[in-house]
Amino acid sequence: MKSAKKDLLGIEELSTDEIGFILDTADSMKEISLRDIKKVPTLRGKTVVHFFHEPSTRTKTSFEIAAKRLSADAVSISASTSSIVKGETLIDTARNLEAMNPDVVVIRHQASGSAQMIANRIRASVINAGDGMHAHPTQALLDMMTVREKKKTLSGLKIVIAGDIAHSRVARSNIIGFTRMGSDVVVAGPPTMIPMDIESVGATVTYSIEDAARKADVIMILRIQKERMDDFLFPSNREYASFFGLTHKAVSKARKNVVIMHPGPINRGVEIPPEIADGSRSVILDQVENGVAVRMAVLYLLIGGSRHASDN
Amino acid sequence: MRLIIRGGRVIDPASNTDAIKNVVIENGRIVRLQSGAETRNPDSEIIDASGMWVVPGLIDMHTHLREPGHEYKETIATGCAAAAAGGFTSICCMPNTTPVNDNQSVTDYILKKAREAEHARVYPVGAISKGLQGRSLAEFGELKEAGVVAVSDDGNPVMNSQLMRRALEYTRAFDLFVISHCEDLDLAGSGVMNEGTVATRLGLRGIPNAVESVMVSRDLMLAELTGAKLHIAHVSAADSVRCIRDAKKRGVLVTAETAPHYFSLTEAALLDYNTNAKMNPPLRTKKDVEAICEGLRDGSIDAIATDHAPHSILEKDIEFDAAANGIIGMETSLPLSLKLVRNGILDPMTLIAKMSTNPARIIGLPAGQLKPGASADVTVIDPEVSFTVDANSFKSKARNCPFDGWNLQGKAALTIVEGRIIHRSPPFDLG
Ligand SMILES: [Zn+2]
Ligand SMILES: [Zn+2]
Repeated sequence: MKSAKKDLLGIEELSTDEIGFILDTADSMKEISLRDIKKVPTLRGKTVVHFFHEPSTRTKTSFEIAAKRLSADAVSISASTSSIVKGETLIDTARNLEAMNPDVVVIRHQASGSAQMIANRIRASVINAGDGMHAHPTQALLDMMTVREKKKTLSGLKIVIAGDIAHSRVARSNIIGFTRMGSDVVVAGPPTMIPMDIESVGATVTYSIEDAARKADVIMILRIQKERMDDFLFPSNREYASFFGLTHKAVSKARKNVVIMHPGPINRGVEIPPEIADGSRSVILDQVENGVAVRMAVLYLLIGGSRHASDN
Repeated sequence: MRLIIRGGRVIDPASNTDAIKNVVIENGRIVRLQSGAETRNPDSEIIDASGMWVVPGLIDMHTHLREPGHEYKETIATGCAAAAAGGFTSICCMPNTTPVNDNQSVTDYILKKAREAEHARVYPVGAISKGLQGRSLAEFGELKEAGVVAVSDDGNPVMNSQLMRRALEYTRAFDLFVISHCEDLDLAGSGVMNEGTVATRLGLRGIPNAVESVMVSRDLMLAELTGAKLHIAHVSAADSVRCIRDAKKRGVLVTAETAPHYFSLTEAALLDYNTNAKMNPPLRTKKDVEAICEGLRDGSIDAIATDHAPHSILEKDIEFDAAANGIIGMETSLPLSLKLVRNGILDPMTLIAKMSTNPARIIGLPAGQLKPGASADVTVIDPEVSFTVDANSFKSKARNCPFDGWNLQGKAALTIVEGRIIHRSPPFDLG
């Protein structure tokens, strides 16, 4: 069984059945990571190039471990080692990667649309590991996997995403994913960080995290970036923490079995108090663990086995 | 040498003519418009224009010809050939070349190259500020002597309100006018497309309508303060149309242009990160397109100009954030604008006014009319012919056109400057 799709660029291109199938596959991949010998020969002889044009230790490491556990040959190119710094364009880089005949290119780039641009130009499968503010599909899949593990379902839940929605590809991909699977998504944050017409993507909006948290099943907190102060989006960390960060009071309004998520890395004490991040409701480390399983599943479904055009 | 354009529908807004007539041209001048059979004359070239429109030569008051400095994108020769192919007999070119057209030698160079090209006439626009730097006034008097018809810092807005005030005042001494590229750079921030649903979906930074409209409002106030003539370039937003309409009612000496893309496309054209639909101001929403059409209909917008902005694939075939703004437009402007007639928004006479008579009046050219004695700048339009846009067949050097592959109707069949045919397409091509 293999996906008929060449690439994974965004959540919107996946049907509910396809999302369910990826998550089922990820569940079985997770078992491999629990073995003594954490390696299967599934992708032996396949080459995965990790092209990260933006610093990201955890996503890159997660992809590399996933490729290695499936016995693929994993190569990494980062911004400082790639020739982009020498003035080569992204398209030239893509053509050079193509000439090395990889089976998959995993790309992280700061420009929205860059993964699609590369996918349109090369024969290899492309996995979008984050393009600008646009999409981060494997993050959304690992978040859905984690929620499904804890809640046994992805439908009928109330999911809160709080923080800088405007600049977050994680928020966009999760809004699309969770609403497609039948849950309600509420976004919360200062009005300066809520993008225009986010309702059209499927979310409802509030500026109060306490309102948002009422009866929530899941609260996902996004990282706040200090640089945004220069864009006049918020005045100080202190004010952000007290008006828009997660609070014990907000958590107390959620359902008793609420799970707290964060895509990392965390600014402890700004968007989330440390005792909540490390507390019993936090599933932040499950997210990291499931990240490897989801990426193994995606790699396997895109390039595992032979390509059958009739597999739809 | 005598040229007779026979049996066409002559549409001349200046004389309010819309009738089947023959246009008789001698020695580069229009001799007369006559009904019925023309006088026989053995050395007349007769052009059978039945079924065609015969109109005063089209004028594009906003183009970028890229020369000097960026000849790999376009040259004055290729730009003028593209103009001719699009039915334009006269075009204005913006000063954001390298070097900037802020002095007589650059103006002279442009005019010399344009003469050598022997295509459309070129009327250069000089800079408002030296080097387009927004710090000090360019020498309007000297520029005017060299042949510029207006001043603009197009490409950049004039962010400094004092400079804009003084520029408007100073034009009055030289019978020039200011063409304003309205954009509040601080408010635009690092935006790359219209702010709204599509930007939110694509994860691209947005440019709200107010980026344009706050500067339109400011410039209207300054035009009122100074009593100077102001022309607003490339109007894209509904609020800007409303501000201009109100200012005209108050008697402010303002005119305005829009471009075919602002009534033909919306932000939806960007959904697959198509950099050939990336421009500044950005494509807006359906509501804005409707407001632009209403502005054209009620006269708030006087002219249709292309903002022809050639770029090579070096600037366009890259990440969306990094791609250059602008599209080429001279070879698609007429068929896109003819849609306004077919959709009942403009009648043919009003369309020709927006593409010829009004630009001529705004710039102060002795063109835009088919008056006996006037220079014979004439465009013959086949309004019915259907064709598929093929960017590779353009005379322009550039290919950055979001209409490539579109099926359009209506084309310039003949473009005539001073009685000389500078462009022919079927049925008049020479094979
Ligand atoms: Zn402009
Ligand atoms: Zn322009």
